[in-house]
Amino acid sequence: MQIATVVGTVVATKKHAALEGAKLLLVQPHTPEGEARGPVLLTIDSVGAGVGERVLVVIEGKAAGDALGRRGAPVDAAIVGIIDHVEDTTFAAVAPVEAA
Amino acid sequence: MQVARVVGTVVCAHKDERLSGLTLLLIQPLAKDGAPFGRTLVATDAAGAGVGEQVFFVRGAEASFPFHPRTVPTDASIVGIVDSVYT
Repeated sequence: MQIATVVGTVVATKKHAALEGAKLLLVQPHTPEGEARGPVLLTIDSVGAGVGERVLVVIEGKAAGDALGRRGAPVDAAIVGIIDHVEDTTFAAVAPVEAA
Repeated sequence: MQVARVVGTVVCAHKDERLSGLTLLLIQPLAKDGAPFGRTLVATDAAGAGVGEQVFFVRGAEASFPFHPRTVPTDASIVGIVDSVYT
């Protein structure tokens, strides 16, 4: 799982039937210290996260389908938790990245 | 599977209910010489590991296997604690 910050929402009227009702959010993965890494990902949200929140993201098809509650859904990334606190013994300061 | 060191913990009060009761640990994959290699990631703990310990973990759909028959939405799980490595 990756630590990421929600940076936007996506609305799609026309989409695969298995994605009906799914909330789509854009997230920027980052290091525990808040440094962005990798491209922005489109995820489905199973926990009710909002823009600016720091979240836990699974990047794997089966886990994302499980999070959505629909096996075989065409998804590969999902938000599974809203992070309250990260204790990183290698770095002291931990802060979420700025939302775009 | 890969060898890693547990470098921290992650706390999520609000999370997918199927993650309830599981420990989320921040891990740093290691190279052959034990130096940090690659990105840190968050893994579910299926071995009872703690911060500072050297562990091995599995990625992908197999990460939910240790919790069978529960369906846990995870993509990385710690499945062992390393006692020693000989290279």
